[in-house]
Amino acid sequence: MNQLLHLSANPHVRDNITTSEIMRDVMIAMIPTAVYGVMQWGANAAFVILFTTIAAVLAEFIYQRCMKLPITITDWSAAVTGMILALNCPPDIPIWIPVLGAFFAIIVIKQLYGGLGHNWMNPALGARCFLLISFAGKMTSFTNVGADGVSGATPLALLKADPAATADLSALFLGRVPGTIGEVSKLCLLFGALYLIARKVISPKIPCIYIATVAVFTLLFGGRGFDLYYVACELCAGGLIFGAFFMATDYVTSPITPNGQIVFAVILGLLTGLFRLFGGSAEGVSYAIILSNILVPMINRMTIPKAFGREGEKK
Amino acid sequence: MGVSTFQGGVHPYDGKELAMNQPIVEIKPQGLMVYPLSQHIGAPAKPVVSKGDRVLVGQKLAEAGGFVSAPIICSVSGTVKGIEKRMTAGGSIMDSIIVENDQQYEAIPGFGTKRDFKKLSREEIVNIVKEAGIVGLGGAGFPTSVKLAPKDIGRIDYFLVNAAECEPYLTSDYRDMMEMPEKIIGGLKVVLSIFPNAVGKICIEDNKPEAISKLTGMVEKEEKIEVLSLKTKYPQGGERQLIYAVTGRKINSSMLPADAGVIVDNADTMVAIYEAVCETKPLVRKILTVTGDAVAKPGNFRVPLGTNYQEIVDAAGGFKQPPEKIISGGPMMGIPMFRLDVPLAKNSSSILAFLKDPVSAQPATACINCGRCVSACPEKLLPTMLMKAAMKKDMAAYEALYGMECIECGCCAYVCPAKRPLTQAFKEMKRRISAARRASQAAAKKNQEKKDEGKAKEVKKS
Repeated sequence: MNQLLHLSANPHVRDNITTSEIMRDVMIAMIPTAVYGVMQWGANAAFVILFTTIAAVLAEFIYQRCMKLPITITDWSAAVTGMILALNCPPDIPIWIPVLGAFFAIIVIKQLYGGLGHNWMNPALGARCFLLISFAGKMTSFTNVGADGVSGATPLALLKADPAATADLSALFLGRVPGTIGEVSKLCLLFGALYLIARKVISPKIPCIYIATVAVFTLLFGGRGFDLYYVACELCAGGLIFGAFFMATDYVTSPITPNGQIVFAVILGLLTGLFRLFGGSAEGVSYAIILSNILVPMINRMTIPKAFGREGEKK
Repeated sequence: MGVSTFQGGVHPYDGKELAMNQPIVEIKPQGLMVYPLSQHIGAPAKPVVSKGDRVLVGQKLAEAGGFVSAPIICSVSGTVKGIEKRMTAGGSIMDSIIVENDQQYEAIPGFGTKRDFKKLSREEIVNIVKEAGIVGLGGAGFPTSVKLAPKDIGRIDYFLVNAAECEPYLTSDYRDMMEMPEKIIGGLKVVLSIFPNAVGKICIEDNKPEAISKLTGMVEKEEKIEVLSLKTKYPQGGERQLIYAVTGRKINSSMLPADAGVIVDNADTMVAIYEAVCETKPLVRKILTVTGDAVAKPGNFRVPLGTNYQEIVDAAGGFKQPPEKIISGGPMMGIPMFRLDVPLAKNSSSILAFLKDPVSAQPATACINCGRCVSACPEKLLPTMLMKAAMKKDMAAYEALYGMECIECGCCAYVCPAKRPLTQAFKEMKRRISAARRASQAAAKKNQEKKDEGKAKEVKKS
């Protein structure tokens, strides 16, 4: 035995799971809804997805190169950010807008705060809100399905504008409605969500509580009495399903404590309901999530569980 | 009542098929025998032999150095060559008695005499266990006689035999159960005779169905003994997890199992108790597994204490190829070794040799806050937040997050997708805090003494 033996603290075996595998799974889970978006809206949607994702990865590479940091683009996290941002954009948006958003997401929201694991806001959603404020018209002009170049209102906006309006639930569920590239097909999104749950990448806890809270809030304050069809339409409309399963579950910007996750999900639901029903815009998911992201450190601190065998003690 | 499992935990690859069907082989060491004076928790033993003495199997080489301590018994016959500083498996240098083995294995008179424990009093049994040098053979090495003498004997209502063997790769307890189940049950009967209100539970993970059915069949007619099948999950054999799984009682870092009316001892310790009490054989051997993908012929061995590790590895056919990592103990909680030229002690454990070290192959990356460590922690801690406190060496924050409750089981680091050395950071932090506590206690004591002195002087003056 002439060679030196390795020394390290226990444990000496490790699970096979890696950060890049987790991120890759999130990418895989978004493929169905991305494919649906491209099939429904055509080439521009495909270019938006492609170039925004590339831009996000490129932004991370350029920043890390300039700052002489280790290059971490192979962990797929930047690609996930780019992809989520692209899926949050209208299908006919000029490509330079989401590309700019990708650079904003990676450099301003993620890297300036220390890179992966240190950002306090979901980068893709932060960038979406930045784009919504900066390019309000372009970001909220949605194309009608089947009518090229004609823009129309989203079902959510219609439901809000007219208290008597109804929506077609099956069209909402399947995605035959105007909206952003990735948010419309609930069927495809739920497929992706099931994949993530089956692979144990996400837990259904936050999404389910979040959606349930929105349902209760809408039922109570929607002003339409006990109208479950309307509630179902509200749940399937807009970015709620996409946000609940793909953005509210973002590890970095959601609480780590078991109780904190419940609190977080309820706050998300309340804010979403508040913004949707009483806010200026029809949509509220993005703002609800980034606002709740800011509360995460406080939620964590207030919900630290008591250790095993210390449950009965006072803090 | 218990729930047969606990919250959290992990399911690592168990690797037990390498050695589980290999019967225990006796090793007769050739080289020098080395007996470190501290092979247990507590005060080191004090030598009672000197250079040149002829010693026999079963003879006491060193006596207990205090109440929490244990004597050291010679495992061969031969000549004491001296008392020298030698390295232990854990890497520390310790005074050790060196004995040259004459290969005669001549034993002291009375060694191996059969005894009926029913004719012995409680004090006599505890004393036999103490004089036999028995300590917990699961790895911690806590003197068993101390465990058998809690303050309130009547309060103990559970005696748990820890045969979970939840550490991957290790199979020595399993071989004990397959080859000498009567000794495990015999040892348990001995200790149950001490505790009038206790029932005995032999706790086995359900991945060892043959051992479960074998022991279950043997205790059918025993009123106070039961075999329990526990869910296979690491760390099922952790003391706090086992107690919770069986009794539903929870203990924390400031309690002893006896505070919850429970005593836990490892299966091989039961065998040692049986042999000491019923066969008059003090603790001179250990059953251990030599395994891992680098070992030519993985197996289980009965090895005299004091044997050089190299000889044990040689008995398993040596290494197929040079290993990258050698571990004393299991893969989850074992200690890495940097040389094999160390003696087998009571508190050392199995030998595990890996061709490739999976830890150094995967550098740590940023925490993504995924919470896998939180779900895996059997102590309900928040490893990711503890890590932040540990990196800042913030002792107050670490303690406020219950960091001292960490049992160092390794689950958090095992599941971490970013491969962060969580357990390592917590071990360091716990030792840092313990050292600070000791220092402040010592300082307080000094201050008090000074005050007392000052008062005494004042009294004199007046």
